[in-house]
Amino acid sequence: MEFYTLQEFMTYTKGITYLLMAAILVGITGFWLFLTDRDEN
Amino acid sequence: MSISRRKFLGWIGAAGMGTALGTSAKAASNKAFTGYPDSMGVLHDTVLCVGCRTCEAACSKVNELPPPEKPFTDLSVLDTKRRTAVEAYTVVNKYEHAGKQGKPVFVKKQCNHCLEPACASACFVKAFAKSKEGAVTYDPSVCVGCRYCMVACPFNIPSYEYDSAFSPRVVKCTMCHPRILEGKVPGCVEACPKEALTFGKREDLLKIARERIQKYPDRYADHIYGEHEMGGTSWLYLSGTAFGNIGMREDLGVKPAPELTAGALGAVPIVVGLWPVLLTGIYAMSRRKEKIAAEEKEQAVAAAVAEIEAKADKKLADVRAKAEKDLAKAEKDKEAAVKREVQKALGEAAAKHEEKAKTETEEES
Amino acid sequence: MSRHDTALYRKELYTPFNLVAGIILIIGCVITVLRFTKGLGTVTHLDDNYPWGIWIGFDLLAGVALAAGGYVTSSAVYIFGMKRYHSAVRPAILTGFLGYALVVFALNYDVGRPWRLPYPFIMQQGTTSLLFEVAACVALYLTVLFIEFTPAALEWLGLRRARNIVTKLTMLLTIFGVVLSTLHQSSLGALFLLAPSKLHPLWYSGYLPVFFFVSSIIAGLSMVIFESTLSHHYFADKMDKTHLEEKEGVALGFAKAASLVLAGYFAIKLIGIAVDNNWHWLATGYGLWFLAELLGFVALPSLLYAVGVREKNLTLIKWTSGMTVFGIILNRLNICLIAFNWHLPYAEKYFPHWMEIGISVFILTIGVLVFRFIVTRMPVLYEHPDYKDTHH
Repeated sequence: MEFYTLQEFMTYTKGITYLLMAAILVGITGFWLFLTDRDEN
Repeated sequence: MSISRRKFLGWIGAAGMGTALGTSAKAASNKAFTGYPDSMGVLHDTVLCVGCRTCEAACSKVNELPPPEKPFTDLSVLDTKRRTAVEAYTVVNKYEHAGKQGKPVFVKKQCNHCLEPACASACFVKAFAKSKEGAVTYDPSVCVGCRYCMVACPFNIPSYEYDSAFSPRVVKCTMCHPRILEGKVPGCVEACPKEALTFGKREDLLKIARERIQKYPDRYADHIYGEHEMGGTSWLYLSGTAFGNIGMREDLGVKPAPELTAGALGAVPIVVGLWPVLLTGIYAMSRRKEKIAAEEKEQAVAAAVAEIEAKADKKLADVRAKAEKDLAKAEKDKEAAVKREVQKALGEAAAKHEEKAKTETEEES
Repeated sequence: MSRHDTALYRKELYTPFNLVAGIILIIGCVITVLRFTKGLGTVTHLDDNYPWGIWIGFDLLAGVALAAGGYVTSSAVYIFGMKRYHSAVRPAILTGFLGYALVVFALNYDVGRPWRLPYPFIMQQGTTSLLFEVAACVALYLTVLFIEFTPAALEWLGLRRARNIVTKLTMLLTIFGVVLSTLHQSSLGALFLLAPSKLHPLWYSGYLPVFFFVSSIIAGLSMVIFESTLSHHYFADKMDKTHLEEKEGVALGFAKAASLVLAGYFAIKLIGIAVDNNWHWLATGYGLWFLAELLGFVALPSLLYAVGVREKNLTLIKWTSGMTVFGIILNRLNICLIAFNWHLPYAEKYFPHWMEIGISVFILTIGVLVFRFIVTRMPVLYEHPDYKDTHH
């Protein structure tokens, strides 16, 4: 993909970043559960 | 209270970390963007402009704007400073005594069609876009009307239809984008009788501008406004005097608008990535601390209980021993008492017997 | 906590406060009709140079900052484990939730076509805009605050099972809340990064997002103290023993924290001047105004809080909290309105239309009334007897 303006480039990269952020928030929650699953309380 | 202090120090540190990360997160590392090749622009030579307002009239006609109160032929309008408005996408302003020999200078104002538009960077629905033809276009069908574009525009160009209750739009010069697509030139450029406006490829316009400066160094200031301002604009200006004298900001800098917010935008995903880790860590630590405190408390309680129990046992034992001793003594006493009683009884009995025997003897005798 | 009987309630309805509130509501409704039938031009002094007025400067920017008590308190208690402030969580969450709800409500007045407010999410995503970030975070955080508040409502309604499910999410919601708050509090400041030529250099700084975030912590802490003072004045009968006992500790602890964060904020504001070499601006008119804000509403409250904490002077702490809140509002108004467009001649500067102020007061009044409705009914200032010691 070719970008002619910084604006275009940022729209694209920030768009992906936002999707990643949503994934991270869900993922880190799941990962924490996985990590602490076998902890004896 | 020491926890509270540590906590907030931590927060300040954390906030600082966010900044550091934010500023180091560059928008596009080493990438450079040169804009659309062969995009169009307009060169406005203010030295040639005579302030006839023909461009304003043409703009109004092409864009089907409502006719103004005073006709376009009335040049007294130029006596007051104006800005672009809902009913005027372009305005010409007069700067008295700014020109050579104290002559007035006229400057046409309209959207400069930035190469990296601040309005587009600001818009959260992508209503603004830089077209490959050079025009910055606006799509009213998605506009929410937040007016952040107007806050962002360094040239104070977009205007808003405040009087519309149901379909207010942001309005600004379109560089006659529809006409450009048809192969025509913008309305204002077509109408200009003095060739103060030149439409063409931005690259060519820059060359023309440089040539004019070179050819007439006494007529032009050595600066093409819009070549670098805010990362460059499609609309370029030539002037005989410093641009500051003709109402154009010279302190805008050369940074394109998206770069101004790139650092802050870059910090956002970092916060999302690291904040949960940091906060969960702090949570785990405070939980652990709580757990240890609880355990210690439990141990202390157990120890205290044990101690008390031991003491109680000892006391009990003492009591018991004493009781046993007492019992023994009591038994002994009791025995003695019984013995005493028995002896007493025996004694009494013996005495009685003796007495009886004595009486009997007395009776016999 | 006993419920009022109807006759008493009716009698209570005609208090001076209620009459004033009623008048404000009626005027507010009239302006609302005007706003949505005649457009923004009729009810505001907004123009092309000042597209943002007090509905953004006060209702949005200051409103969001002052609603920060929710994330500040819940993170102090649940993440940092300061259990002794537990009784402050629910009122803070409620104030936060109402604050954000009213911010969104106010936005419906300000934007041109409010029915399109979901467009950034459902139509086209303007991902380069800080406003997109703010919109996404505020929408999400409003949801988080709503869920965080539901246990009080569910306890009131007697829905034990639903309530227990929600309380299990406390940690997750708290962490989400802090992440989202960090982001949108700072992004509100970052909105102005795009306008270096319009905002006065003393207020414009690359650190704007950090300034906004740090000052939101100050605003949150001070609002908890401020709000608790008012609550204690008007709803003391609704507070349980725990709340009353912890109240003083909350005020002292939060004042101490606020004092320290204010000191840090003062420090980074100085650094802000230094990195842009803005010292010479201090000697101008705007500079004096900047100094008034920095010394009078940052340095001074920091000191007053400190004295209040050292001497356990709760009265001083209460007054200082009001002063600090005012200082934060002043800061937001400076950035959005007063030091904005500083190049413009005085005649072209913005001053709000009385109807703009009317709507702001209207919205504030709705907030107070809803707050009163909730705290007089739901277990906010006291723990529900059925759920004591469950600590959530």
